Amino acid sequence: MKVVTVAGPPSSGKSAVTLKTIGALAGGGVAVGVVKFDSLSSGDQLLYERQGIPVHTGLAGSLCPDHFFVANVSECLAWGEKRKFDLLIIESAGLCNRCAPHIQGVLAVCVIDNLSGVDTPKKIGPMLKMADIVVITKGDIVSQAEREVFAYRVRQVNPQAVILNVNGLTGQGGHELGKLLLEAPVTGNLEGALLRFTMPAALCSYCLGQRRIGSDFQLGNVKKMAFDGETP
Amino acid sequence: MKKPGNRSDPCQLPVEDLVARCPQAVEFFEMVGLPLPPTGFSAADHFAALPQALLEDLGLEREALEERLRGFLDLFDPETIGAFDSRIESISVVGGHDKCGKPEGGTLTVRPGEIVCIVGATGSGKSRFLADIEWLAQGDSPTGRSVLINGAPPDPGLRFAIDRKLVAQLSQNMNFVIDLTVREFITMHAESRMVQDVAAVTETVIVLANTLAGEPFLPETPVTALSGGQSRALMIADTSCLSASPIVLIDEIENAGIDRKRAVQTLVDRRKIVLMATHDPILALLGDRRIVFKNGGIERIIETSPGERACLEQFEKLDAQLNEVRRALRNGETITV
Repeated sequence: MKVVTVAGPPSSGKSAVTLKTIGALAGGGVAVGVVKFDSLSSGDQLLYERQGIPVHTGLAGSLCPDHFFVANVSECLAWGEKRKFDLLIIESAGLCNRCAPHIQGVLAVCVIDNLSGVDTPKKIGPMLKMADIVVITKGDIVSQAEREVFAYRVRQVNPQAVILNVNGLTGQGGHELGKLLLEAPVTGNLEGALLRFTMPAALCSYCLGQRRIGSDFQLGNVKKMAFDGETP
Repeated sequence: MKKPGNRSDPCQLPVEDLVARCPQAVEFFEMVGLPLPPTGFSAADHFAALPQALLEDLGLEREALEERLRGFLDLFDPETIGAFDSRIESISVVGGHDKCGKPEGGTLTVRPGEIVCIVGATGSGKSRFLADIEWLAQGDSPTGRSVLINGAPPDPGLRFAIDRKLVAQLSQNMNFVIDLTVREFITMHAESRMVQDVAAVTETVIVLANTLAGEPFLPETPVTALSGGQSRALMIADTSCLSASPIVLIDEIENAGIDRKRAVQTLVDRRKIVLMATHDPILALLGDRRIVFKNGGIERIIETSPGERACLEQFEKLDAQLNEVRRALRNGETITV
């Protein structure tokens, strides 16, 4: 089975792009399944079901959605194998710009949108910088100049990636993205596979449910900001 | 002790030589959030000495940094910049089939300086046609069309060269989302296109845009404060001077606040291939040809006849008359015919 991870900031158009791309693949005899990760709730399950696409949603709840993702990705693969998909698309919740669910040897897609502004590409970490394919959305509502500058800035931070414009509303570019996804390498097993980058570190008192503010209540991996060169 | 610098690898150059050779290298360090290497040190030495904790905070991988710097510097390689538009003499679309599989037959060839109009109902296949050109379809899109450049299949690498896109699109519902003045905005675009004289090109674009816009605007005007017509004028001037794409697609030009004929002429003067999706009588007849779409395919191609051209003159008179009324309304005058 071919596996693809799709990441991107919230509301950048991950699901819309995935839906349109699967739509473009329909008729080609490819069995596609989707696992959608989200944090609190997700209406996307319905969107996929309406198109007749087999989908499974994983809600991270109180856990960090990207840690939750890694903890479950092998099981996602097993589900996909059981359902005999040719292509499994795993869509991450995409919350913090520092996270990247991308895995070595698995085709990695990052979706970002033109509306987020031309300074955004450099603010996004490994999720964008280590992706194999960068999909830029919402190109129809910004000017040609902004589109060109945005794409250029993406290329600056990730010169190796294939950069593609896809319109999540009309589906323009979805056919082309679909072709690229079908070229993904076959992933047999993810046991022991490596993430492309470490997830942000955690485990401080707040990870464990602390709600009170103040140094006395902070334990574990806590980092303090420096003001005027001094750390309080 | 300094290592002997390897001329071909920028990562081995002492930072001062690197910056002398490519001033944009400074931008790379700013972009990834790292300090510049200390004087005398190469980027490679610098990367090797960075503390692991800093790299983790920034989401960077030590092993990948050198390659990323090289990739970044390649963007400024004079050999790969701007050598594109001048080489395009023709773009041909070899016919595929419509939604029912009916063959289109024939090949459509367009050349720089030509105006081609695209007409047809919603869903008739206009967007797919443009997508085929943009994607450089080689019989592998739903229409089965193939695109040739200068009569031959294009280099497959061109498909993904984001800085060498074939089609620039000036859509009707475009907005500026960025909060900059006109001058800052055009400067930013010119810098990303790596033109030689950014200030001069910026000036040219703004002057040109003002000749197209019904009401003039200043370089200090924020782009978000421009009217629809002014925005259009600015983007047409900008695209004609700064975009590398040989094809410009325009979907309709509104009738207010912009000299439409002149706008199209501007693009033609800059040797663009102008594709216009329009049902406006004046714009449609300005074209050399009209491609008629139906059911996902090209149904026919109509050459604009001398008879139609004569109609154009008449429509232009009517248009001028209406524009005069518009001007009078704006100035608070009473209207008479």
